[in-house]
Amino acid sequence: MSYIPKPKVSHPGLAKNKLGLTIRDYEGGLSTLCAGCGHDSITAAIIKSCFELSIEPHRVGKMSGIGCSSKTPGYFLSSAHGFNSVHGRMPSVTTGANAANRNLTYLAVSGDGDTASIGIGQFAHVIRRKLNMLYIVENNGCYGLTKGQFSATADVGSKSKRGVANEMDPIDPAAFALQMGAGFVARSFSGDKDQLVPLIKAGLNYNGFALIDVISPCVTFNNHEGSTKSYAHVRSHEAEVNVVDFIPARNEIAVDYAKGDATQVTLHDGSTMMLRKLDQNYDPENRLEALKQIQTHQMKNEVITGLLFLDPKESEMHDMISTPKKSLREFELAELCPGKEALEALNKSWG
Amino acid sequence: MPKDKIDVDYYHKVVDCQWACPAHTPVPEYIRLISERRYTEAYMVNRESNVFPGILGRVCDRPCEPACRRGRVEEEPVAICRLKRVAADYKADVSAYLPKPADKKNGKRVALVGAGPASLTVANDLAPLGYEITIYEKNDQAGGAMRYAVPMFRLPPEVLDEEIDAVLNLGVEIQYNTPVSSLKQLLSDGYDAVFVGSGAPIGRDLTIPGREQADGSVHVGLEWLANVAFEHITKINSRVLVIGGGNTAMDCCRTARRIGGNQVKVVAPESYEQMLASPWEKDDSQEERIEFINHLLPKEFVVENGQFIGVRFQKLKQCYDKDMKWDPVPSGEDDVLIECDDVILAIGQSTAFPYIEADIGIDFNDRNMPIVDSTTHQSSNPKVFFGGDAAFGPKNIIWAVAHGHEAAISIHQHLQGKDVKKRPPHGMNLVSQKMGIHQWSYSNDYSDDQRFKVPHVEVDDRIDKLKLEVELGYDEKLALEEASRCLNCDVQTVFDPPSCIECDACVDICPLSCLTIAKDEPIEQLKLILSAPVLNPEQGMLVSEPLVQTKRVMVKDEDLCVHCGLCAERCPTGAWDMQKFTLKLPKAGDV
Ligand SMILES: Cc1cc2nc3c(=O)[nH]c(=O)nc-3n(C[C@H](O)[C@H](O)[C@H](O)COP(=O)(O)OP(=O)(O)OC[C@H]3O[C@@H](n4cnc5c(N)ncnc54)[C@H](O)[C@@H]3O)c2cc1C
Ligand SMILES: Cc1ncc(C[n+]2csc(CCOP(=O)(O)OP(=O)(O)O)c2C)c(N)n1
Ligand code: SF4
Ligand code: SF4
Ligand code: SF4
Ligand code: SF4
Ligand SMILES: [Mg+2]
Repeated sequence: MSYIPKPKVSHPGLAKNKLGLTIRDYEGGLSTLCAGCGHDSITAAIIKSCFELSIEPHRVGKMSGIGCSSKTPGYFLSSAHGFNSVHGRMPSVTTGANAANRNLTYLAVSGDGDTASIGIGQFAHVIRRKLNMLYIVENNGCYGLTKGQFSATADVGSKSKRGVANEMDPIDPAAFALQMGAGFVARSFSGDKDQLVPLIKAGLNYNGFALIDVISPCVTFNNHEGSTKSYAHVRSHEAEVNVVDFIPARNEIAVDYAKGDATQVTLHDGSTMMLRKLDQNYDPENRLEALKQIQTHQMKNEVITGLLFLDPKESEMHDMISTPKKSLREFELAELCPGKEALEALNKSWG
Repeated sequence: MPKDKIDVDYYHKVVDCQWACPAHTPVPEYIRLISERRYTEAYMVNRESNVFPGILGRVCDRPCEPACRRGRVEEEPVAICRLKRVAADYKADVSAYLPKPADKKNGKRVALVGAGPASLTVANDLAPLGYEITIYEKNDQAGGAMRYAVPMFRLPPEVLDEEIDAVLNLGVEIQYNTPVSSLKQLLSDGYDAVFVGSGAPIGRDLTIPGREQADGSVHVGLEWLANVAFEHITKINSRVLVIGGGNTAMDCCRTARRIGGNQVKVVAPESYEQMLASPWEKDDSQEERIEFINHLLPKEFVVENGQFIGVRFQKLKQCYDKDMKWDPVPSGEDDVLIECDDVILAIGQSTAFPYIEADIGIDFNDRNMPIVDSTTHQSSNPKVFFGGDAAFGPKNIIWAVAHGHEAAISIHQHLQGKDVKKRPPHGMNLVSQKMGIHQWSYSNDYSDDQRFKVPHVEVDDRIDKLKLEVELGYDEKLALEEASRCLNCDVQTVFDPPSCIECDACVDICPLSCLTIAKDEPIEQLKLILSAPVLNPEQGMLVSEPLVQTKRVMVKDEDLCVHCGLCAERCPTGAWDMQKFTLKLPKAGDV
């Protein structure tokens, strides 16, 4: 929280994207979160990703629930559409929005409480539905907004600010999403934009359900010694399995990759992900293996990060239910309501 | 950059205006005082550095303004100079705060040649220390070129009198109408040191055909201005040509306009843009309907039947070459004759030392300038010091003041038997401005306003009034608004690497993309990966020691920081803090 508005002036040498916009054009209101909150850093990563992808801000739907994390859509893309919904209910609202207009980019921000506690049911079903969206969990292991109670993602043994250790087993949003059939699953850390930004870009371009579980320290209630979601703990326990470079469609692949150094994945829209392996044994196209690796690292007290799973088939809800390509608002009334005769003809066709 | 390199100069340079000001006036400090309507204190902060705030607030050459950071962040710099005038205009009685004459003389005598700003500054610094100061001035008034060259419609005599008197009242003896005709004599009169501040009093003449025949109608600008100032000349004919493109030309044309010249033209060989006159001087002249004619080189004063007709010019297509070296190229067109009644020459001025004998140990170079140390101002005769225009040729008032301060330090050191070359170091103070969680003891909110214009007297009301000051100065409302444009560049961002937890909050919030956390690499590598490109390599770049968690480094490009304090507000650990920098500039009394 700051008292002065952020000055509108910017560096005259700021780069412009294909739309002629600078990164400042992707900002939102000034954050009211605690100074140093990991969530603000993720906001900055989202701004950077959308700027670099030359996304038109008004073609984005920003969706969220309740929590410090869920407040953050107010801090980026001020000219985007947005819906700050009820606690844990963002997935349903997004489903409705997406059903009505599949032609926007849905960027959802949720918290670990919003997702894994109150919202776990909705979370499960939106994945099963393969809703075409990027779902970012800003995971700080606690309920920041309500003063730091353990959330369902808190690790066993992780200590609260008052020194009490959590005893309940954690839900791992990435593992959970894998089991529910998510097509794109990644984990990252708010303090590592080099890793996070390409993942957000790839997630935004993925045609299907994409989850990024971002460990995001709550500086106020969960950044102390003994917490497993603090800046220091994550930095010293991170196991990065691969590095993604995301290259949008029509961009030349400028970096030279030595043979065997990187695998190339082309997405439906022609964009490319170059995956550089840090762990040679890790295969991100193997769901079973991904689940096993997550578990294995967790048993070693390590936080596995990187692109954990990618289903190159990229299927989504509209494919399953065979809905038209157009959004609802693009239909003329006559098309939506073809009249009595059409209804009768339809009824007749069922004999 | 390791911490030890973040020194006085690093922070001083961030305060662009103060760094550029020859006397290093703490500009943001006085602008803040103006914002708080503490005009008397704002005046005294100025006086401490530049001795003549009321004068400089009107006529300073303002090297600070082109340097002002605001000019890089948006278009126009802060009106630093005219805010100085605000402090002078609205101050209360300052007599209680002015330096006092020494209680006891220290037995050392110093003679000053000339009563211009350079000598007056030396007197200001040395008299309170007990030196017996005698100024020799050839005119019957003090002030030097500020008095006889700068016209009254830019600088009213009352303003001059007040600030010069503040110096002379320090028990300084001044002998008017007393040109020094022999420096040898002066030295043998038993002075312990002599300061030469005799200025550059000789205006350049133009020796082209017809000069002698036209003598009655051709005036050397500097002399002519002095004659107007001392009221020896009160009129000029109606059609006047001013030859030259600098500030003297502007003063001549505007003066002529006020004492009879109703068709005044300024003719210069260079282009309008290349003319050395300050942009605001050109603007004011144009406003007074003075015509500018460029790319004309004077060839002949035309006299027919004993009657002066005008000046013949050759047309040029260029005046300077690419490197701005004098290289006139004729355009090939016919010469032009510009008819007129009077011509004023404003084509340069020079020093003159007819009173300095060859055998008194003062060496001169091949351009007839004394050889003077640029820091100590000492000549090859250790007792004789030079400053102001006399030292290195014509500059301006604020340089004369800066020279005066340095020369006073040297004279004091010399007369205490100390090595004048061992200069007392610049010191600094850094004080945190934190008041509460998001409260600072300075106003960190950014003003979007563009520079406010200083109100002027209507053109038609000023033309026939030689003594009427043209600029009215800011009223209080405008002054406060203009003051809020200052970015407080002296409130420095100070970084404490061990406290940083690398949360990126400062990097993300910075509106001017000044900050980057990057892998610890040589600075040239780092420059390639900053949050925004380096636009001004002159400014400082902070590279911290490696940070605790990842061993990366914090990098800050100082160039465009607007000192909004948001980095420090967003920092959860106080690794960034906003701290007010005060430059400790030594004065003669401190050494
Ligand atoms: C027309 C004009 C306009 C200017 N406008 C500006 C302006 O707007 N802003 C600005 O900053 N600067 C301006 N300047 C420049 C500025 O006035 C000088 O740079 C400054 O006054 C130099 O100060 P000084 O103390 O070195 O010498 P001066 O001010 O020249 O003073 C020297 C003094 O020494 C006296 N003197 C000379 N020889 C002797 C001798 N032998 N014995 C005794 N006394 C002697 C002279 O009479 C004079 O009083 C202008 C100059 C001119 C010519
Ligand atoms: C239906 C409902 N139940 C409870 C709450 C109270 N509440 C607000 S935010 C929150 C937890 C938020 O935690 P998380 O989603 O992790 O967000 P964070 O603040 O940690 O970013 C709770 C329980 C609520 N707002 N609505
Ligand atoms: S309480 Fe925690 S999660 Fe909420 S804004 Fe503060 S630091 Fe961030
Ligand atoms: S903004 Fe203020 S402090 Fe900064 S350079 Fe300009 S006048 Fe000086
Ligand atoms: S004060 Fe801090 S946030 Fe503001 S411009 Fe300077 S570096 Fe950036
Ligand atoms: S806000 Fe403070 S702790 Fe965070 S990166 Fe910046 S200096 Fe470090
Ligand atoms: Mg949370």
